This record gives sequence, C-alpha cells and structure tokens, in this order.
Amino acid sequence: MLTLKQTRRLRTLLLGTLAWLVALALFFPILWMILTSFKTELAAFASPPELWFRPTLENYLHIDERSDYFHYAWNSVVVSFGSTLFGMLLAVPAAYSMAFFETRRTKGTLLWMLSTKMLPPVGVLVPIYLLFKQFGLLDTKTGLVIIYTLINLPIMVWMVYTYFKEIPRDILEAARLDGATAAQEICRVLLPIAKGGLASTVLLSLILSWNEAFWSLNLTSSSAAPLTALVASYSSPEGLFWAKLSAVSTLACAPILVFGWLSQKQLVRGLSFGAVK
Amino acid sequence: MANLTIRNLHKVFEGTEIIKGIDLDIKDHEFVVFVGPSGCGKSTLLRLIAGLEEVTGGHIYLDDREITDMAPARRDLAMVFQTYALYPHMTVRKNLSFALDLARVDKAEVAAKVAEAARILELEPLLERKPRALSGGQRQRVAIGRAIVRHPKIFLFDEPLSNLDAALRVQMRLELARLHQELNATMIYVTHDQVEAMTLADKVVVLNGGRIEQVGSPLTLYHHPVNRFVAGFIGTPRMAFLDGRVTAAEASTVSVALACGPEYRLELEGRGLKPGDAVTLGIRPEHIQVCEAQASPFQVTLDVTEHLGADTYCYVRTDSGETLTVRAPGDFSGRFGDRVGLLPDLAHGHLFDASGRAMPKPGAPAQAA
Amino acid sequence: MSITSLQAGVNTVTEARTGTTTRHPAPRLRRGRRIGLAMLSPSVASLLLWMAVPLAMTVYFSLIRYNLLYPGDEPFVGLENYHYFLTDEGFVAGALNTLWLVLSVLAISVIAGVLIAVLVDTPFFGRGIVRVMLISPFFIMPTVSALVWKNLLLHPVSGVFAAVWRLFGATPVDWFAEYPLLSIIMIVSWQWIPFAVLILMTAMQSLDQEQKDAARLDGAGPLAIFRHITLPHLARPIAVVIMIETIFLLSIFAEIYTTTGGGPGYDTTNLAYLIYSQALLQFDVGMASAGGLIAVVIANIAAFVLVRMIGRNLTDKA
Repeated sequence: MLTLKQTRRLRTLLLGTLAWLVALALFFPILWMILTSFKTELAAFASPPELWFRPTLENYLHIDERSDYFHYAWNSVVVSFGSTLFGMLLAVPAAYSMAFFETRRTKGTLLWMLSTKMLPPVGVLVPIYLLFKQFGLLDTKTGLVIIYTLINLPIMVWMVYTYFKEIPRDILEAARLDGATAAQEICRVLLPIAKGGLASTVLLSLILSWNEAFWSLNLTSSSAAPLTALVASYSSPEGLFWAKLSAVSTLACAPILVFGWLSQKQLVRGLSFGAVK
Repeated sequence: MANLTIRNLHKVFEGTEIIKGIDLDIKDHEFVVFVGPSGCGKSTLLRLIAGLEEVTGGHIYLDDREITDMAPARRDLAMVFQTYALYPHMTVRKNLSFALDLARVDKAEVAAKVAEAARILELEPLLERKPRALSGGQRQRVAIGRAIVRHPKIFLFDEPLSNLDAALRVQMRLELARLHQELNATMIYVTHDQVEAMTLADKVVVLNGGRIEQVGSPLTLYHHPVNRFVAGFIGTPRMAFLDGRVTAAEASTVSVALACGPEYRLELEGRGLKPGDAVTLGIRPEHIQVCEAQASPFQVTLDVTEHLGADTYCYVRTDSGETLTVRAPGDFSGRFGDRVGLLPDLAHGHLFDASGRAMPKPGAPAQAA
Repeated sequence: MSITSLQAGVNTVTEARTGTTTRHPAPRLRRGRRIGLAMLSPSVASLLLWMAVPLAMTVYFSLIRYNLLYPGDEPFVGLENYHYFLTDEGFVAGALNTLWLVLSVLAISVIAGVLIAVLVDTPFFGRGIVRVMLISPFFIMPTVSALVWKNLLLHPVSGVFAAVWRLFGATPVDWFAEYPLLSIIMIVSWQWIPFAVLILMTAMQSLDQEQKDAARLDGAGPLAIFRHITLPHLARPIAVVIMIETIFLLSIFAEIYTTTGGGPGYDTTNLAYLIYSQALLQFDVGMASAGGLIAVVIANIAAFVLVRMIGRNLTDKA
C-alpha cells in the first residue's frame, strides 16, 4: 500500500510528465522549425529527417540570399510600430474619456467599437482595395499602418479602458483637488499608474500587427510587403529552400514569441475583450 | 475664517434627485459630521462641497465667495478619501508635496510644509516609502498629511476610518480629534458610524433620503431627536419602539396604552394628539430597568442575553410580538424563556405621532426651523 | 421635517434664492465633458469611416455589374450578383468548408484547451516552461505555421509525419492531396488550441481553492470536482473562447492562401478565400461584393451573441 503522501507524489509525477508530453507535442513544430533552420538545405530535405546533424549558421548568414530579408523585416518593424504608435495615440484619449467621463452613450460606444472588429475583412476587401488603388496607397507602408491602426484600435481601446477602469476614481479626484490640470492629471498621475497596462497593450498591438496576414497579403506586393508576405512567397514550389525558409521564419517569429511569453497574463484581457482577467 | 453656507442645494443624477434641497451653515473651527444610512446623500453632499460633482440647483458660499461653480482646486478645500487615494507611484514625500509642486510653491517652503505635516502625523521615518509599503493606519495618516500641507480653509473627510480595523479606528478617531484641536481648522466629516459622529462632532447633521433630518450637537440629538428616524439612528443599541394608542392628551401630559399591555403617562406636549391616535413610544435600552415579573405591569419574555462584562444586553419579546433591547447590569442572570418585568424611565421616553414626528418635551429647545 | 435653526454666519448671502434653480453645469466640469468628447471623437470618427465608407461601397458594388477587366460598363443589376454568388458551385462548397473548419477547430481547441488547462493547473516540475511552450503556437504568424506544417511536417516524402508513418511500416499520406481540408483543420487547430489554453488557464487561476476543498470534504473525487466545480466555473470563459474564435475562424485566409490556394477544386475554399479569388483573381467586383456582404451577415449573427454576452459582462462590472 502506498501512503497518502506517496500517492500524491506519484500523481504529481504522472500528471507532470503528461503535461510535459502535451507541451512538447504542441511545441514540436516550432522546435523542428528552429532545428531545420540550422541544417543545410540538403539535410533539411533528407528522408527520414535527420535528428542529429552538424548545425550550420549558413542560413542565417546568407539570409538575404534568396530574398531581401532585411527589406521585409524593416517593413514589418515600421508597420507594426507605426500602427501601434497611432493606435495608442487614438486609444488612450478615447479610453480616458470613456473611463472617466462616462455618459449614457459610453457603453453603447464601446460595444459598437467591438462590433467593428466583427466585420469580416472580406466584406470590405474590394472597396478598400479600390480606394487604396485610387489614393496610391497600394503596396505602401502608410496604407498598412492605416489599416492596422484601425483593425487593432477597438482591442486597444478596450484594453486600455479596462486598465483605466481599475484605477480608483478617488486618485484622480485627489489630483484634481490638488490642483492638477487635465493634462497634469493624465501625464503625472494616470499614465504612470497605468504604465504596466499600457505596456501590455502596446505588446498586444505589436503582436497582432506583426502577424497580420490578410491585408498584408492582399494590399502589398513587394515594396511595402512585411515578413508575413515574405514567408508566404516561399509557398510557391519553385526550388526547395526549407532550411532558409525555417531561418527566415525563426527570425520572423522570435521577437513576437518573446513578447508573447513576457505578457501572456495581461494579453488574456485584451484577447478576451476584458471578459477574462 | 472659514464659514460655509449652503442654500437650497439640489443634485439630480440621471433623473434621480439625490440631494433634495439642503440648507446648512457651518461655522469657522467647527467639526461637523454628516451621518446617515447608506444612500442618504451624505457623500454626495460632501462631493458637491468639494466640487467633484456639479450642482444641479442652489448655492454654496465659502465666506464671501460663491464657490458653487468653482474648480475644485480653487476652492481652498482639502479632502481625505475613504480609500485614501494615495498616488501609488509616488513616495510619501511626493504624495505630500504634489499639490504644492503643482502650485509651483517655492522649494524651501514645500520642504518646510512637508516636514511640518510629517512631524504632526509622525510620518518622518516613512517619507521615502511608496504607499504600497505602508500599513492601513500609515496610509490614512499620509492621506491626512496631504490635506494638512495645503493649509486649506476646510478639511473634508469621506468615511476616512471605514477601511481600518476596529482597534485602529478607535486610535485614529482620537488622533483626528487631537488634530482638530491642534490645527484649529474647520472640518466636515462623513460617516455612517454614529459612534464616530457622537464622539467627534461639535455638530451632527443627520441626513436621510437626500434631506436633513436634524442638525444639532451630539447630545441634542441624543436627548431631543425631532423624529423617529433620528431617534432610531442615534444611540446604540437602538432605541426600542413600542406601538400604542393615545388614551388622553393634555397640554403637558399624554397617556398612552401600549399594544403590549401597560399604560403610561408621559410629561410631553400633547397638542395635536387626541384619544385613539396611533403613536409610538420610544425608549433607549439604558432607560429601561429589568425587575421581577410581578414588580411591573410590563412583562416580557427573555430571548437572548449578551454579557459584555459591565453591562448585559437583554433581547426581549413583548406579548404583542415586538422585540426590544434592554440594558441590564453586568451580573444579570436571566435565562432564555424567563418572564421578567420592565420599568421604563418615562422621563427619558419619546413619543412619536403617526408621521414619526416627536412630541416636544416641555422646556426642550425650540425644534422648529 | 424641521431643521434646527442655526445662526447664519454669513451676511453676504442676502440674495440666496429659494426654490429649485436649475443652473448651468460648472464651467470646469462642462469643459471636462467637452474634453472627454474631443478625446473620444478621433477614435469614433476613424472607426466610423473605416466601417461605413467601405461597407456602403460594398453594398453599391454588389448591386452593379462591375468587373475590373471590363471597365466602363457598370449597369445596375439589382440582386443579380447575389443570385449568381449563392448559386455558384463555389458558394455551396465554400459555405460547407467554412462550417466544417469553424466547427471542428472550435471543438478541437475547446476540448483540448479545457483538458490542458486543468492538467497544468496543479503545480509540477517546470510548469512555467510548459505553459510557455503550450501557448507559443498562438504567436507564430499564420503564414509561417502554414508553411512549417506544409513543408516540414506534412510533406509526403520528407515530412516528420511521413517518417513516423514509415517507422510503423505504413505508407506515408500525402495530406494536402488526400485530406486537404483536414490538413487545414490541423494547422488552424494547432494555432488556436493555445488561445483556448491561454484564456482557460488564466480563468482557472480565479477558481476558488476553498470551493474545491469544500467539495473534497463533501466527498467529491477528481472527476466530480471537474464536472461540478471546474466546468461550471469555466463555462463563461469557454463561451468567450468560442465566440472570439468563431469571429476569427470565419475569416481564415492566410493558411489557405499559403498552402492549398483553395484547392484542389473547391476542396479547401472557404467563404473568405472564395470572395478573395472572385475579387482579386477573377476581378468580378460585383459578385465579390455580394459575397462579402453575405459574409458580413453571417459574421454578424455570431457577433450579435458575443456583443450581447460581453455587454452583459460590462454591466456586471458597473
């Protein structure tokens, strides 16, 4: 007979092992991608797949060989940081207004913002495409920044709003009694208190913009194409560049993975529109 | 000088009238307590004074200035919030000096004022800490300190002790009383705790349903409540209320037959009452004596007894089913289900007519507005 | 009601009026409200533009015959585009594929999500790393996950799956040729299980430990606790997961674009891809617009429920 303590320890061991196995299975594609990125093209295509191989940095060193990697990476950086910046500039004041100057319309406005997120992109693909063509925004970073700002704005407003809502009104009222102007109230009291929440909102926006792959595939071709589009270009069957593809993919995903890991808890709030915290 | 005058103040919030016409005068150096059940409008009234809510109708004056529409910061008031509302990202020192910094007060003067507030409140060792690292009582003191440094004309307190544990609450209550003496300031204090109201106030304002029920010193409210609401709200344990009917009413005496049996004659002005009118007799627990059942015409059944040491609170049930509380000596030994007699001290009895209005006692201060 | 008369300490208040006076809001507060409106309006205006202008254009386009290949000839044709779109063989296939894709990914990700969330709720060695690994696929960009699966895992010759099949003596499957939709479902599920895990794992942390302890004292075993305490606690987060995934899954695009291109035939064409191909591959703007509006209607039915639910949540907090 096992004692209660032993059963418990055994159960923890079994459940822990199971959890590790599940996690490894889900993580395997990413792991395999990273491993492949250190193989030669030949080894990458080997059948059966080689588990033990001599790692090479060749793919990373010549990452620019098949395609202008840095051009695409730069586009991704500009577009995600640009849209995040504009998104925050729009979202923070809007969230402030709704959180602290609540009116009868506030709730309706919030839900309406949310509902714009429900609009399937294909519903407006054609007009956006034609409008972009009309205004010369096709295949421009400006165009993508505009689109990403707008599609992420509802989530950002919601997220910032829930963080602002958690700040006791009393603190802002105290600042008002202390003689703070609206600007001082925001800059010296509100924003410093909410900085953690704002940071995770920025991260979520960066992640969503970086990974967005509907508009980037449809509205860009080369000069403004971000990494999502670069990776998609590897889908054409001409030539086998799996190791390079893996290296490009690994580089494209690494920063976002790290962002995601760093802010996993706070992201839940944004991803569930505040319904789960 | 800090005289606050409120005239016919109204506040409507989303179609609901929360403050229904309040007139009030608060004099320099007074410690005024707004007390009332939750939802009575006492906090709203304080926030209207502070300028945190906008006034729907009426006027507020501070000395010669009308401040009804003035921005909160320019009213020369400071407020201590129920939640303390300390700035979590600033040190205690910065919390204290924030208002002065915003007003661009000279650095040396800020330092002096912060030092003085810290000395008064014994915050010196805590100045470099963040609010997170403080205990409840310490946070409370910082919140008060933040008000002190501004040397406001009036201090506003919104239930400042309600987040503290019982022991600390008593201690802070004493400190507040001391502070009032030391600063010689005008203070307005909101609480739902009538013990705080009784112990701190020069003047208590009892609010109910957005209206003032009564204004007066603590003892005035205790001895001469103008209506049943105030009588029931002030004093612990609560005043006992016994239903009855008038059997005879004269200029200075009223006779009442209680539903639970006995008939009593009270020295009260009986004008406006006539035999047969429904009235309520109110007697505080401390004004009722317990005796042997045979010794009184007023007999009740003992329910639960609570021994507090010096006193015993007896919860009893009358034959007509009313429950009331009686204060007995500490060594009272009655048991559940015992029959006992009660001897009310009728000199301290209150009589309320059907609308809840108290019948005035002869020689009592004028109660009419 | 009577008020104890107090000595009025102020003589200047001679003109204090009686009777309710309705006054204008305090200037500072009114200004505050105006500032509030000014801060809100840029967001509202840009979202309004973003929503209204293209949608209105879509409605208009859907009512005319408009093909980019034949410019200049754009007659009003009423509901003809809708008729063509709805009777197109692609629509039936697209609608069914969309339905299959959404339903199976929902089922897979929710069931797996619940089980995994419960599994990692008890402490064990390296739980932090396990959590990180579990949620990682969600942060991989869709085109990358599609290509990694297509080339590195599902490839019939050199994919890992093929190697495993061979290891057990089976003939490797050519996934995208034989089970194209299933392959897409696998990829999309792999991306969305972590989302369910992330949300449900967080929701698990707010489950009251005392509730579980009480149930244990009442004699509930692990299964009974899961059934009567954990599942009810997760009901709302699960609903949130379902709703949000539905919104995104209805618009799955990049995974199909990078792997199958909707084929073979219409086998992996969902509504989003169908509309895309009509608009930007066949240049039939009119029909694509009609399809787009139908997609909007379908999404709105799902969205309606979600907005209602989150709206209720909003009131709860207020």
